[in-house]
Amino acid sequence: MTASSPRVPLLEARGITKHFGGVEALRGADFTVFENEVVALIGDNGAGKSTLVKILSGAQPPTSGQILVEGVETKLRSATDARAAGIETVFQDLALAPQLDAVANLYLGRELQTRNRIFRAFGWLDHKAMRTNAEAVLTDLGVKIKDIRKPISALSGGQRQGVAVARAVNWSSKVVFMDEPTAALGVVQTRQVLDTIRRVRDSGKSVVLVSHNMDDILAVADRIEVLRLGQRVRVFTSAEATLNGLVAAMTGAPVTEGVK
Amino acid sequence: MTNLAEVTRKRVSKIHAGELSSATWVTAALFLILALFIIMNPAEFGTASNLSNIALDASILLVLAVGGTYVLITGGVDLSIGSVLVFSSVAGAKVMQHFGGAGGDAVIGGLAAALVAGAGWGFINGFVITRMRVAPLVVTLGTLGMALGFALMWAGGNDLQGVPPNLVYRFGLGNILPGIPAVATVAAFVALVAGVVLAWTKFGRYTYAIGSNSESSKRAGIAVDRHLIKVYMLGGLLAGLAGFLSLARFGTTSIAGHNLDNMNALTGVIIGGTSLYGGVGKVFGTVIGTLIPAVLQNGFVIAGLPPYWQQVAVGAVLIFAVYLDRARRDAELS
Ligand SMILES: Nc1ncnc2c1ncn2[C@@H]1O[C@H](COP(=O)(O)OP(=O)(O)OP(=O)(O)O)[C@@H](O)[C@H]1O
Ligand SMILES: [Mg+2]
Repeated sequence: MTASSPRVPLLEARGITKHFGGVEALRGADFTVFENEVVALIGDNGAGKSTLVKILSGAQPPTSGQILVEGVETKLRSATDARAAGIETVFQDLALAPQLDAVANLYLGRELQTRNRIFRAFGWLDHKAMRTNAEAVLTDLGVKIKDIRKPISALSGGQRQGVAVARAVNWSSKVVFMDEPTAALGVVQTRQVLDTIRRVRDSGKSVVLVSHNMDDILAVADRIEVLRLGQRVRVFTSAEATLNGLVAAMTGAPVTEGVK
Repeated sequence: MTNLAEVTRKRVSKIHAGELSSATWVTAALFLILALFIIMNPAEFGTASNLSNIALDASILLVLAVGGTYVLITGGVDLSIGSVLVFSSVAGAKVMQHFGGAGGDAVIGGLAAALVAGAGWGFINGFVITRMRVAPLVVTLGTLGMALGFALMWAGGNDLQGVPPNLVYRFGLGNILPGIPAVATVAAFVALVAGVVLAWTKFGRYTYAIGSNSESSKRAGIAVDRHLIKVYMLGGLLAGLAGFLSLARFGTTSIAGHNLDNMNALTGVIIGGTSLYGGVGKVFGTVIGTLIPAVLQNGFVIAGLPPYWQQVAVGAVLIFAVYLDRARRDAELS
């Protein structure tokens, strides 16, 4: 259906496998992200979505398979590699440091240093600049935190998720992966995250959304890729996607077997 | 919606109060104990010379405990620092003897030897913990025995002499200003620098981040293993410095006198509010936590109580401090 598309994918995974001891989490999975789109990655529990996300964000190495960034084969050996390729991720477990505050978490691993050369040599942090910027970023994305100096563990689940989303969006240049970013959110905050996803796309980047909420997916996704038992089994465009079709593809129910 | 927000807000402010308690409580406890002893016996306890004695007693332990604070904040533990202190002081004394036991060469050589020996053990700890993935408790329990065993073999089972007398009289027992012991000044300087680094620099930030969540830190691009090796090396380096200070103060290796150093340093760190679970702690807390046992020791002696009471009291304070830590953690998780 996307068959004769001339576009070179922004990010492409080909034949990814991943073994955890005897468990085959991915068995030759393909995945494609084009420029400037929201693509949903869906599948049943244990289908391998989070594993694929981790591999494409450099958090885990694949057992085998190829990763191409803008058509060029690239090894994502670490999160740093993925970041260098413009990829940021909201992990399912959020990957926050609970005892640190929101500012420290937003800047984790990318702390701003003071401009003063002597202090800089000692790794002196620019607390003030980080705080000001962090406040702006959080406000911009509608994340409301009363006391920004409180450890993250003292925040609500929604606020924590907001911080993780803000971090990824803020630092990304090409693709933002979001692994179930609305799982802990109420109606209002969910709508906020969906708005954020659209805004990220409208700014020219792409978003990969992993979610179990079909309503959310039908609301924001431009394309939907379905993973089942560690393999991509179908790709839908938003126009052809229906709730029944998605569920059938996810569960492997005998509804019009799709070709991709 | 407002209800939920209200509940969250209330819970959050409660946590804030709980958080304050740990650091504030111990500081308050220290001042309370000081006040009690001064009221009981102002003529002896409250004198400047006695207070400077307390500072001196606590200083070598404080240098050890500062390193222990960093390690504990990363979520690890270093049980070997007491043995590494002994090993480093043996290394220092050997080099001092080599230089004839007098003069600047002996002092500088001895200091360098102690620091290198300490950092070396720290490197071994950090390397085995990160590269061979053995738990810190196990690794440092192993090096605790190894460092002490090697130290005793090297020293031939006896305490070594040969510390330059000038080092002992001018520095080890000397004052920088009247009433301000040189050794205590070094310890205070170490604590100050370590506290500033922990609170204001990237090195400190990574120390907290790794202790808070090492997997997240890795995903955030922090070189976790390399940082941990540095932290264990810092712990070893400070144990080496403590070994040198101990040579300067006692004029000999005094191996048997350091039997309980690692446990006492760890006690100070924990009383000071550094979390056993990692991610939380301050050098200031460790300063207070190290002073409390020293004040109790001194005060009980002056009050004419059997000094054994000090151990009982410190034990009770330790358990109470950890209780506070746990209560705070529960409050955060609930
Ligand atoms: N670190 C691991 N060790 C062992 N097995 C793992 C590990 N991570 C994932 N798996 C296994 O790989 C499979 C895919 O897991 P994954 O987390 O990718 O699924 P998912 O599609 O994200 O599921 P969910 O919707 O529940 O989040 C599962 O069978 C899981 O048990
Ligand atoms: Mg998952």
